Amino acid sequence: MGRLHAEEMVLNMGPQHPSTHGVLRLKLRTDGEIVSHIEPVIGYLHRSFEKHAENLEYQMITPFTGRCDYLAAMGSEHGYAMTVEKMMGIELPERVEYLRVIFAELQRIASHLVALGTFGLDVGAITPFIYCFRERELILDLFEMASGARLLYNYIWIGGLAHDVPPGFVEKTYEFLDAFDEHVAEYNHILTGNKIFIERAADIGVMTPEVAINYGVTGPCLRASGVNIDIRRTEPYSIYDRFDFNVPLGQGLQGTIGDSWDRYYVRVLEMTESAKIIRQALDQLPVEGDVKSAIPRRIRPPKGEIYFRSENPRGELGYYIVSNGKNVPVRLKMRSPAFSNLSVINEIGQGWMISDVIAILGSLDIVLGEIDR
Amino acid sequence: MIEQEIYADLSKKFGDKVIEFMEEGTHNPTVVVDPTSVAKMVTYLKDDERFQFDSLMNLAGHDPDGESELSVIYHLYSTELKHYITLKAFTSREEPRVASIAEIHRTADWHEREAFDLYGINFEGHPNLKRILLEDDWEGYPLRKDYVPAEFYRGMRIEKVK
Repeated sequence: MGRLHAEEMVLNMGPQHPSTHGVLRLKLRTDGEIVSHIEPVIGYLHRSFEKHAENLEYQMITPFTGRCDYLAAMGSEHGYAMTVEKMMGIELPERVEYLRVIFAELQRIASHLVALGTFGLDVGAITPFIYCFRERELILDLFEMASGARLLYNYIWIGGLAHDVPPGFVEKTYEFLDAFDEHVAEYNHILTGNKIFIERAADIGVMTPEVAINYGVTGPCLRASGVNIDIRRTEPYSIYDRFDFNVPLGQGLQGTIGDSWDRYYVRVLEMTESAKIIRQALDQLPVEGDVKSAIPRRIRPPKGEIYFRSENPRGELGYYIVSNGKNVPVRLKMRSPAFSNLSVINEIGQGWMISDVIAILGSLDIVLGEIDR
Repeated sequence: MIEQEIYADLSKKFGDKVIEFMEEGTHNPTVVVDPTSVAKMVTYLKDDERFQFDSLMNLAGHDPDGESELSVIYHLYSTELKHYITLKAFTSREEPRVASIAEIHRTADWHEREAFDLYGINFEGHPNLKRILLEDDWEGYPLRKDYVPAEFYRGMRIEKVK
């Protein structure tokens, strides 16, 4: 008998596909059930953020940054504000720094909760998603208390905050933290240790440290491969040097270091660490201080350029800003973490089945808003 | 200071392909280099024991005013030694050509495509240089300062921005 000849087929996944986390299209070249090449097609959500930024005054760009990574708007705003402050050399009141850290870490928990929940959904676990969103809701309530908005805040301004937190905010945040550890135990019980989940995620899509660094993968995905780089620790910005927290790394507890399960579990551990940071920040939060006192009247950074990066929930968020001394930037480039994190999918997804590609994509936790900008 | 050391070392190795060292007016000390030799220098910086720049954090195109030369900026980082360097390569507006580093740092693959998409900079040696954010048949390079949008795109009117 002659050799059976299998034809390669090109399969389009997306842009309208529930498990592509937004409008992403993957062109899969498949040989039967096995994927031999993945070509992500992006740009469906391109809103020309960078072009807009070149026509807007610095303070008007803040709300736009939140719309890039819409699941971590506080993080994007924080990074942007810090970049411009660094250009202008603004010193912030202590209270502002502490509140910003509290919000950035709350946002990290909220963003990771979406990541865990949707990853579960991708591999068929529907219940954990509801659990994750239950706690995310509490965080959004806190954000709503402070800024009035639940998703896109425009709260962290250049030089300060839009306004101080209302009375009762600190108590409510403590309340959330007190209950949170128990909830993490719940996720671990319902998803992390779930046999089916482990089968779907462990040993799938292993990313070696070399591949991760070479592709510019950052954040939890990089740390899951065992690379100890967290910008909050390696070069503490804001006031991160004052807190005691661990940087969780992938250990390959269920399989190989850097597999999809590790990427999932690093996020679970990071949430606990974030909760630890928030608790310390709340304990040390100065009572006095005007959060608007350092907001400059005119924002005109001196002529020059800067690249500044911070640790967003998805990884390294960098802003490259060129100023000519006017109130509008000449160039603003956002180096979005998910952009580079997604580009690795062809490298780690080859040779797996189509259903595994879904799991790998879920474990990368992308947000198309910041990929397309 | 590591940046000056790198500048001195690159000058010694690559001669006049290294143009100048910029410290004023930037928060990230920058070495301005020749666009055709970028790939060689990035490889050298990556492989050399003393530097080990294994991570490309960011790659950005830049057009200052719509008249002068375009530029590409590379922000490099060493995950081992935790130090930085920024490279900058100027290239002409009419025929913008820069050596691609996509094979050295895979991060550059998509970032170069983005710079090609929005600035029209050709990265020579790129394995798959095509538009990434915009449609393949889009006309012009939107982030150039002298960009004028077409009136129609596939029969749809493009709104004028004031």
